[in-house]
Amino acid sequence: MSYVLSGHVRDEIEHWKARFPEGRQRSAVISALHAIQHENHGYVTAEQMNAVAEYLDLPTIQVYEVATFYSMFQTEEVGRHNVAICTNISCMLRGADDIVEHVESKLGITTGESTGDGRIYLKKEEECLAACCGAPMMMVDHKYHENLTTDQVDEILDGLD
Amino acid sequence: MSDDIVNIEVDGEAVEARRGQMLIEVTDAVGAYVPRFCYHDKLSVAANCRMCLVEVEKVPKPMPACATPVGEGMKVFTKSPKAIAAQKATMEFLLINHPLDCPICDQGGECELQDLAIGYGRDVSRYNDGKRVVKDKDIGPLVSTDMTRCIHCTRCVRFGEEITGKPQLGTTDRGENMKIGTYVEQSVDHELSANIIDLCPVGALNNKPYRYSARAWEMAQHATVSPHDCVGSNLYAHVLRGTVKRIVPRANESINESWIADRDRYSYEAIYSGDRLMRPRVKENGAWRDVDWEGALAQAADVLKSADQDKVALIATPAVTVEEGHLLSQIADHLGTANIDHRVGRRDVSDQDNDPMYPSLGCSIAEIEQHDAILVAGSNVRAEAPIIAHRLRKAAVAGAAISFANSSVYEYLFDVANYLSGAGLVELLAGVAVAAADGNSLPDSVTELCDGVTASGAHKDVARSLAEADRAIVLLGNIAGRHASYTAVRALAAAIAELTGASFGGLSEGPNSAGACLAGVLPHRAQGGENRVTAGLDVASMLAQAMDAVVLVNVEPDADIHAATDAVARLAEQAFVVALTPFVSDALLEAADLLLPTGTFAETSGTYVNVEGTWQSFSGVASAVGEARPTWKVLRVLGNLVDAPGFDYVTSVDVRDEFVARLGEISTSNAYEASGRIAKVNGADAPANDIDIPLYSVDALVRRATALQLTDEAQRARAVSDG
Amino acid sequence: MTATKVYVPRETSAVSVGADEVAVAIAREAKQSGTSIELIRNGSWGATWLEPLVEVEVDGARIAYGNVSEEDVPAMFAAGLLEGGEHKRRLGPIMEVGYLIRQDRWTCWRCGLIDPLSLQDFRLHQGFNALEKAFAEGPDAVLDSVTESGLRGRGGAGFPTGIKWRTVAETDADQKYIACNADEGDSGTFSDRMLMEGDPLGLIESMAIAGYAVGASKGYIYLRSEYPLTYAILTRALETARDSGWLGDNIQGSGFDFDIELHLGAGSYVCGEETAMLESLEGKKGIVRYKPPLPAHEGLFGKPTVVNNVITLASVPNIVNLGGERYAGMGVNRSKGTLAFQLAGNIKRGGLVEKSFGVTLRELIDDWGGGTASGRPVKAVQVGGPLGAYIPAAQLDTPLDYEAFVDIGAMIGHGGIVVFDDTADMAQQARFAMEFCAIESCGKCTPCRIGSTRGVEVIDRMIAGEKREENYDLLVELCDTMEDASLCAMGGMTPYPVRSVLKHFAEDFASSGGDR
Repeated sequence: MSYVLSGHVRDEIEHWKARFPEGRQRSAVISALHAIQHENHGYVTAEQMNAVAEYLDLPTIQVYEVATFYSMFQTEEVGRHNVAICTNISCMLRGADDIVEHVESKLGITTGESTGDGRIYLKKEEECLAACCGAPMMMVDHKYHENLTTDQVDEILDGLD
Repeated sequence: MSDDIVNIEVDGEAVEARRGQMLIEVTDAVGAYVPRFCYHDKLSVAANCRMCLVEVEKVPKPMPACATPVGEGMKVFTKSPKAIAAQKATMEFLLINHPLDCPICDQGGECELQDLAIGYGRDVSRYNDGKRVVKDKDIGPLVSTDMTRCIHCTRCVRFGEEITGKPQLGTTDRGENMKIGTYVEQSVDHELSANIIDLCPVGALNNKPYRYSARAWEMAQHATVSPHDCVGSNLYAHVLRGTVKRIVPRANESINESWIADRDRYSYEAIYSGDRLMRPRVKENGAWRDVDWEGALAQAADVLKSADQDKVALIATPAVTVEEGHLLSQIADHLGTANIDHRVGRRDVSDQDNDPMYPSLGCSIAEIEQHDAILVAGSNVRAEAPIIAHRLRKAAVAGAAISFANSSVYEYLFDVANYLSGAGLVELLAGVAVAAADGNSLPDSVTELCDGVTASGAHKDVARSLAEADRAIVLLGNIAGRHASYTAVRALAAAIAELTGASFGGLSEGPNSAGACLAGVLPHRAQGGENRVTAGLDVASMLAQAMDAVVLVNVEPDADIHAATDAVARLAEQAFVVALTPFVSDALLEAADLLLPTGTFAETSGTYVNVEGTWQSFSGVASAVGEARPTWKVLRVLGNLVDAPGFDYVTSVDVRDEFVARLGEISTSNAYEASGRIAKVNGADAPANDIDIPLYSVDALVRRATALQLTDEAQRARAVSDG
Repeated sequence: MTATKVYVPRETSAVSVGADEVAVAIAREAKQSGTSIELIRNGSWGATWLEPLVEVEVDGARIAYGNVSEEDVPAMFAAGLLEGGEHKRRLGPIMEVGYLIRQDRWTCWRCGLIDPLSLQDFRLHQGFNALEKAFAEGPDAVLDSVTESGLRGRGGAGFPTGIKWRTVAETDADQKYIACNADEGDSGTFSDRMLMEGDPLGLIESMAIAGYAVGASKGYIYLRSEYPLTYAILTRALETARDSGWLGDNIQGSGFDFDIELHLGAGSYVCGEETAMLESLEGKKGIVRYKPPLPAHEGLFGKPTVVNNVITLASVPNIVNLGGERYAGMGVNRSKGTLAFQLAGNIKRGGLVEKSFGVTLRELIDDWGGGTASGRPVKAVQVGGPLGAYIPAAQLDTPLDYEAFVDIGAMIGHGGIVVFDDTADMAQQARFAMEFCAIESCGKCTPCRIGSTRGVEVIDRMIAGEKREENYDLLVELCDTMEDASLCAMGGMTPYPVRSVLKHFAEDFASSGGDR
């Protein structure tokens, strides 16, 4: 059975299609995947990618390629809260590794995994999140938290439903 | 000197090059080999393998020859220490991940990586960490995958994007995890899909049916020609001890470039099908028994000799070779009959006197790409002639307006200018003809057909695109040729061409329609195209009347004959039917009285004249299966036995040479002139009149090729015909 | 009596250390005390180490308070915050804060100063003056000024902007584009973000000027998806510009049409490379295209395209306003003008420092950065993101000058400066650089795809003390291959930091592992 795009996602795709020249609807793929992933608790399925391809009249492989290339897209089921601890240089120099270790042992998972209750996805963060002066830092569901201590991390994570 | 020419130096030799040309084209042209994996002259430049690095004077880093445009005064060194060092360094990287499984890899012996590793590799790797391993995916019955061997050149990906227009393979993930595949398991199923086997420079994509069955160096390579459509794609058969192990393309820029259709590649499987007729058989009182060749031929000759000359019927197909046609036509002449025909698919022969003597496409195959506007009418061209479809796509990609008129809608993998459908073919073309006349008078032949017809916007668009193009052509396809109102269809198409200033031509059936016409395998035309004094019977009429003797030359009556309905039953009612055939089938067992085993295209020599009028002769490449004999030899003996004069040929070349000498100078012509006003077609234009033969049902070989029959395409077609 | 203006930044770094909560607390205190305030959410001045940095306008001067927390607010009110009262957080007038006044704020001068989403405030501070001047003087005058200024691409490559713009201007096409590269992914860099959050209308004006100069009617901002607040601010600024006729058809009656679309990326470092970014804008994987053709000839959707970094573009309005000569008068040698340097890593006072080229690393680290956060000596500095060399302390007097950096095997890139103290294990840093490449490599070309992964393994063996000399030679050759043969800078420059460790900190390999 094929997946049906929600009205919201279709609106979102139309919105982005309109921002690119006629016949360049492929440019809307990234935005479409963002919209679906947002609606689908943090990941996209092959059926959803097929639906995007069909809607935009593209070969499915072109959507698969995009979804698997960019680190912000997840193609496997993940926890509903996205926690990304920056481990790039500035953060590394200011104790990011200790924060990661603390979170991993607290949640009982390693980076790249989700908790068994589906609450938290501990994303592997690769690129610098550009909050170097507030290192160490993490991003939780699109919100930055800087100058982290393990106590603060506990408070933030415990506050997630 | 023109501004478009630059002077460069390749390894010390002065060379002229076109401005903007990539270095590798120039080095290739002068024979200065530069190693490469991703570069391919038919595909876009990817510049990703980094194998073709060369030294360019005054440039500090080595430059990729595939992506470096030539510039005036450039000095290039393809084999300097710096260039070789760079090439070797890339090679070392590629070999880190590539498995050392050459002994069990089908690519062994013809592997670009293996060849270059010998030239550029090290004996022992300095990287001893684990190699990258990738899980294989099933991409269908034609192509096997061993993706651990993949070096990510992306030729296969670009083939899908650029050549077929149906990208199914892609690169997913990134970095070291980047892999070539379909992501979700699916078969890669375009009619040209298996060309990725030849494109793949390593053993990642290989020929699945051929897998593990031979080594490249054990096989002999013989040139041959595809028997499946009017293109006559050039092939090489790779033969091991008389057995065809596989078929690969033989590059011919003017015909098939470096591609072949999947059915050209895999139909050879049918040569070794369990359906092969192994020795002559005769039916006596409803029971079949084997007989020897001598007895079988004597019986066939007796039947022919004792038959009333008006009651002899000779039926071939457009797969008949020039030589076979020449012999058959002479036998008919000797027996005093004109009941000879190869047009087993054609239902409407009412206007046959206006058929071209030497039918053709109306341009060369390569010239298709040079048109600005093309109307293809009555054709499922991807199934009828995949290479023609490919050329049409190239034209479209280059900006040509390609339109279709068909009562059914077929998928085309390019931007179709207009797709006229939703009505019968006659109606669709009448609309375009009216639009093309644009209020002016129509040719007299079609006035009645167009009476009361109004042109829609789409009809007008098509007519306008043809009229406004610098170079336009109207092409009729095989569905048109099999149409019950072919006369009307052809007259309308010709009228459209005339009114818009377009050329006119068409796809013919099988590999040798043109050759069969020239050889006189027609009831109304003798050899060379002259009209016979008295026309004989066409296929449908032969079957409708009681004959004393019918000879079927490589015809499968149930699948090949569309000219008449119930062909099998009607043949079964005939007094005596001799079938020359490579295969035995229920239909033949029912229809025939004597079966004579003949060789397939691989077991015989002969000549096909393709749709652009190119004569292509080929030799037999494989040992005969069972007691099968080449058809031309069977006909030669039969001719002798019926006392036809001059049947003392030694080789098929003798047959061809005699025919060619008799034919004299002749060139293709598609000129059509109607003999008068064509009557309004009533009720004969329903969609049911479209006879579309699926891609993998076109002939006896394809229908028996196991791998082709396992494809999704074949299964879909079967589901349609069953359901 | 008019309401007192209180400034609390709405900028990612400030917000993440509690600026929103501080703003709420200030509003609450004001309400409780019955005083009328105008709370302005400005951008950051760039003194990140002082965030949240609150300002109160008193008699035309803005009095700054640094590192304000929510808990501080009641006491600050009690101390007379709204009159600029004395408090332990009080820094004095913002224009006297040493970190800021010693800078050369050419590009980021409105950051912190204005309300980024107020068209009125923007106009009061010369906003759109440059675009109006461009309209008055014509495209050629803009091209001349930009060429004369000597401005070079601030994204990393340092290509002369004037030449790029003129190429696009002179290429015939029915459509041209301005593509703003805001995929700021280099480690230790955040100037694009600060500018976009602090002066979004300034970027919009810059793109419109570029469009006018080259004949483009459409611009795209390619913003990395890691910047949600920036996205929100830019979105509102674009609406403001459109609503007020500074974007859209016939801008302010000039006859010039220009609009900008904001597009979000999806996480890929390589998309910072211009052709990869264009691929991504076209909805494809962000993999680099080979050049030629240059984007200036065939860029987005095959049309001539100016691809410029945020800071490059944002430097233009003042060049138009004040003249290219003025800009060229700053800086040294072929490095003209200013760069918004970013201090990060092990540094006491991290933040954005816009200075003319020619300032030395030591000046930036000591005079602005206040040395390392740990108080220990500096061991190394990485400039220009993950592909930049690690510069040893002995070279800290190198002036920030593109060519001077090339001479020491380093690069300035986007001006991010990451400081390491003497406890840093540089062998691990070499590994980090190689691993970053392995993770972010797009996978297209052989040297980068395979070299980075295998490079990490070789470094691991060296760290483990396994056949150290043999592996050292292998690593050098691996770096040669990546550098010579890679398709783009990702694989081509990853060897820079690795080699710099081999050259300057080879002893760290010896100390970090076991026996050889």
